[in-house]
Formats: sequence, C-alpha cells, structure tokens
Amino acid sequence: MDWFYKFPHMDDNSLRDLKKVIDDGFRGFTRSYGDIIEGFFTPLQHFLIAAERFMLKTPWPIITLLILAIAYAATRSLKIVAGCLATLMLIGYFDMWDDTMRTISMIFVCTVLSIAIGIPIGILMARSDRMQRVINPVLDVMQTMPSFVYLIPVVMLLGIGKVPGLIAVVIYAIPPMIRLTDLGIRLVDKDVLEAADAFGADNRQKLFKVQLPLALPTIMAGINQTIMMALAMVVIASMIGVQGLGQPVLKAIANQYFTLGIFNGLAIVGIAIMFDRVSQAYGQRLQKHREIVHG
Amino acid sequence: MADQVFGGIKIRHLYKIFGPNAGAHVEAVKNGLTKAELNAKYGHVLGLRDINIEMPSGSIQVIMGLSGSGKSTLIRHINRLIDPTAGEVLVDGVDVVKMNEADLREFRRHQTAMVFQKFALLPHRTVLDNTIFGLEIQGIARDKSLDIAMRWLERVGLKGFEEKYPNQLSGGMQQRVGLARALANDAPVLLMDEAYSALDPLIRMDMQTVLLDLQKEIRKTIVFITHDLDEALRLGDQIAILRDGEVIQQGTSQDIVLRPADDYVANFVKEVNRGRVVHVEAVMTPATSPVSGKPAIPIGTTVEDTLRILSREVADEGVVVSPTGAPLGIVSLRQLSGAMVNAH
Ligand SMILES: Nc1ncnc2c1ncn2[C@@H]1O[C@H](COP(=O)(O)OP(=O)(O)O)[C@@H](O)[C@H]1O
Ligand SMILES: [Mg+2]
Repeated sequence: MDWFYKFPHMDDNSLRDLKKVIDDGFRGFTRSYGDIIEGFFTPLQHFLIAAERFMLKTPWPIITLLILAIAYAATRSLKIVAGCLATLMLIGYFDMWDDTMRTISMIFVCTVLSIAIGIPIGILMARSDRMQRVINPVLDVMQTMPSFVYLIPVVMLLGIGKVPGLIAVVIYAIPPMIRLTDLGIRLVDKDVLEAADAFGADNRQKLFKVQLPLALPTIMAGINQTIMMALAMVVIASMIGVQGLGQPVLKAIANQYFTLGIFNGLAIVGIAIMFDRVSQAYGQRLQKHREIVHG
Repeated sequence: MADQVFGGIKIRHLYKIFGPNAGAHVEAVKNGLTKAELNAKYGHVLGLRDINIEMPSGSIQVIMGLSGSGKSTLIRHINRLIDPTAGEVLVDGVDVVKMNEADLREFRRHQTAMVFQKFALLPHRTVLDNTIFGLEIQGIARDKSLDIAMRWLERVGLKGFEEKYPNQLSGGMQQRVGLARALANDAPVLLMDEAYSALDPLIRMDMQTVLLDLQKEIRKTIVFITHDLDEALRLGDQIAILRDGEVIQQGTSQDIVLRPADDYVANFVKEVNRGRVVHVEAVMTPATSPVSGKPAIPIGTTVEDTLRILSREVADEGVVVSPTGAPLGIVSLRQLSGAMVNAH
C-alpha cells in the first residue's frame, strides 16, 4: 500500500539523468551557437544603447519639453500635460532623473519591438482560425510562466546585460499586443468589409484601408497594456543587468533601505501613470469617429 | 460612352444551395426536391432555385420579396460576393461565374458599384474620403478622384458636408454618401440591396426621387432590392417577385398590379394605391373615331392623374390619346373610380 500514500514517482537516478541530459544538451547548444545568437541581437543592442544615450545626454529641460510636446500632441489635454510636468519635476528633484531616463529608453525600445513583432503576428492570427489555435496556447504560456523561469535560458544563452533583459521584458509584455491586434481585426464590421470586396479591394487594400484603421483603437489598447506590463517587469529585469529604476529597488531590498525603495517604486508608478493616461487619451481620440452609427 | 454598348445582365438557370456539400444536391433540386425536403433530409438551405432574369441595359430592375426570400443572395451573385452552385450570370455578355480572382476584382472595380442597406461607410473617413473609396481602389490619382467625388456629392445634395464624418450625419444623409460613393465609380451596373429600407418613409420617398432623377441622366443598369411593393412599383421598369428562392412573377408594374400571378402576389397588391400605378389605357373603352369636346389624356397617365385632369376640366369623360395625338379610347369617371378600388 506504499504507492497509495506516496506518489510513485520516477526513480531518483533516472530523474537526475534526465535533467542532466537536458541541461548538458542546452549547455552544448549555448556553447556552439551562443555567439551566433548574440551576433544576431547586436543591432538590438545598438538600438538600446543609442536610445539610452539620447535620453541621458540630452539636457533635462529639452527632454522635459519633448515629453510634454508628445503628451500634448497625443491628448490635446492641458491637464494631462500638467500632470506629466509635475511627475517629471518631482522625479528630478529627488535625484532619480538618470535612472528614470534609462527605464524610459528601455520601455521605448521594448514597445517599438513589441509593435514591430506583435502586429504582424496579430494580423496572421486574424487571417486564419488555425493560426489562432496554434498561437493562443503559446501566448498563454508566455503570460503565465513565472518570468524567473525563462530568465534562465535567456541568461545562459546571452549572459547578463541589457539585451537579455530586454528579451525577457518583451516575452512578458508582447502577448496583449498580439491578442488585441487579432481581436481588433476580427471585430471589424462585416458589412464594411463586404463593401470593400464589392468595390474590388484586394487583400492588401482591405488590410490597410479598412481592417487596420478600424482596429486601431483596439491595437492602441494593446500598446497601452504592453507598456504597463513592461513597466511591471522593470525590477525583475534589473536582476539580470538592466539599468534603471529597478536597480535601486533591488539594492533597497537587499539592504533594507526603506525610503530608497519607496522613492524609486513611486517613480515607476509615476511614469506608468504618465504613459497610461497619454496612450489612453490618444486611443480615445482615435475612437471618436470610429464607432458605426445607423440612422 | 461604354454604357451605350453595355449588354445588360442575363441570369440563367441560377441555383444556390447553402451547405458544406452543396454540389451534391443540385441535381436533386433540379429534379424537384423542395426547400423543406432539402433542409430536413440533408441539412442544406436552398437559397435560389432556377432563376432566369434578363435585365436590359439602362433600366431599373426591381427584385421584390419578403425577408428571407433570397433577394440579398440573388443580388450578390451579380458581383459574385456569393458563388453560385449552378448557373450563369452574364454581365455585358461575360460570365461572372467563370472569372478568376484577378478578373473578378477588375470586374468589380469597373463594371459594378453597390449600395448597402446598412450604408457600410468607413467610419474613420470623412464624407469626401468615403466617396473616393472606389476610385482609390481602382488606383486613380487622388486629385482627380477628389474632383469626381465633389461632383457627385453635389449631385446627391451633400455640398458643404464633405468634411463631416458618417456618424455626424442622419441615416438619409449617410445613404446619400453611399450613393455618391457608388456613382463615383461610373460603373454601368448599380446594385442596391434594400438601400432605402433603413430610412424613414419621407426620407425614403426623397431618395427614390433622387434616384429617378439621376437615372434620367446616367442611364445605368440598376438592380434594386426592396421588400416594399410601393417602392417597387414606383422605381421598377421591370419587377421580379421572389418567394422562397424562386421567381414567381416577372413583369412591369402594370402586369403585377393588374394580373397578379397567384395569391401570394395578389396579397401584396391588395394594399397598393392602385390609382398611382394603373395606367389609364388599362381601364379605357377602346375607340378610334375622333372625339371632340373632351379633355385629352396622354397614354401612360395614371388613374389618379387622369381624375385630377377631369376634375380640373370639369368633365365626366376623357379621350386617351397616343403620343402623336391619335385617339385610342374613352375613359369615364365610373371606370376610373372602379379602377381605384380594386378590380377583383
Ligand atoms: N450563408 C448562409 N448560410 C445558410 N443559409 C443562408 C446563408 N445566407 C442566406 N441564407 C438563407 O437563404 C435564404 C435567403 O436569404 P437572403 O438572401 O438573405 O434573404 P433576403 O435578402 O430576401 O431577406 C434565407 O433562408 C437565409 O436563411
Ligand atoms: Mg436581405
């Protein structure tokens, strides 16, 4: 009756061997292909470094003006612009400017990457039900797998640094981008699509003149979600060498510096709210004429 | 220019069965399997059965029937938004059914334009940008399309609304945009699927007038779907009545009102204002000898208009005359009032 009280598991030696074989296999793979893969990501590293340098080297008043100008162009709301200004001034006053700039540049690169990869995948998914059935479970895994777990192979392959950190953040943050692109395209009014067919539109014309423009508010919501999730990963990413607001938080945990932790935590919250309000208000402005009204 | 030689639309032995294995059942349907049997035995829906309609170039063909009778299915075969199970659809002599994808796109771009029941405008585009949609798809340069679009917007009464968005307009105005978008294509065939059914009665009358006025100039081959007999009678040069996917009567408005093919049609016709449909020659007593002292009524005048003339002239009888002025018959007040209140 032993098997009844204790689950009859694989015997210890076999299990150890199994893990060892997989680990050795992956290590071997890393040794032989690690350099090639790293080379593959070099352009990304250049992009990251350039973005970070721009944010750090540009004098703070110019960056502030730039951010406020973008916020105004996107929202046309002075209230939101004032909120952004207050947030940035407080961050600067409490001496967190440089870390904030590093974090913003990382989030920016991550968002660009997520859009560049996520929208085409979302379009493919919307085109075919089979594609959707294949990709959906992958996205489920990406969203539910604890991020520490996929940090391991990323670090083994690429070591510690900006690029592996960015990849981990993108893996975590890209699913809503893909899902909402797919959803937005699938929700496009069938009648409008039929009209495009009736006028002889080909697939490309339908995509660029009808489906993407009508899906844009939903895609915008995806971008918003992606930014929020990327910010949520800032602290974890700092564990593998991403600089920015995450590192002081990590230091604060290790040394029990309560105030340091709170300040940097609040700075992350501040820029999160800033990005959220701006991208949402922009989404709403897009929405203005897009809902269909009959009669 | 092209539409002077345009050969009209001919639909021949068209069948449509909805279902995964439609082709397998078309023979059985040709041999008399009914819609109900097809559905009960094989779970397929019979959309259209043996449709044969000839639509001459430059006329308005109305297709009428109750909801679910197959009207939308039929009109979508003309630009092949729906593929038939069997049959031919000849537009200007070319069988649409046999076209490959690229030919079909070219055909839709240049030979047909469509107006939809729910307007189907692009909500993110202004009225002007909606109107050039078809031209943009054809690849015509923007400034040229804008000129064309402005002309049609003015023609349908939307001058000054170019920069508005569809959701800022009433239903009637939105459908004017739909009409302008279709007309801007300058295709010989204009397909209108219940284009006015979503509009209020008064607006609908307005839009019917707009279409009739336009048609005097543009002389397109128009296929107009409706479930409203009054609309059918007002617009149609020819009317086909559809029930359960079959044509049960074809003819002019006179044919339909005066000689309904069966009870189904008779039931429709019962509610119609006959005075506005029936022509005076259908009720007159033929006579060819010259008559004097009675008001002349041109052939083709409706009963209602004839009564109007007689009461204005204070006469009890009128002479129906041909376009050249030759007398064709005599019509009396009694005959006219009889015709108003149902001949059956
Ligand atoms: N895609 C489809 N699959 C199955 N049945 C359909 C489909 N489209 C239409 N039908 C059926 O065909 C018949 C005619 O429909 P439709 O042409 O839309 O009628 P109408 O436009 O006259 O209201 C209806 O019984 C409808 O249920
Ligand atoms: Mg219909």
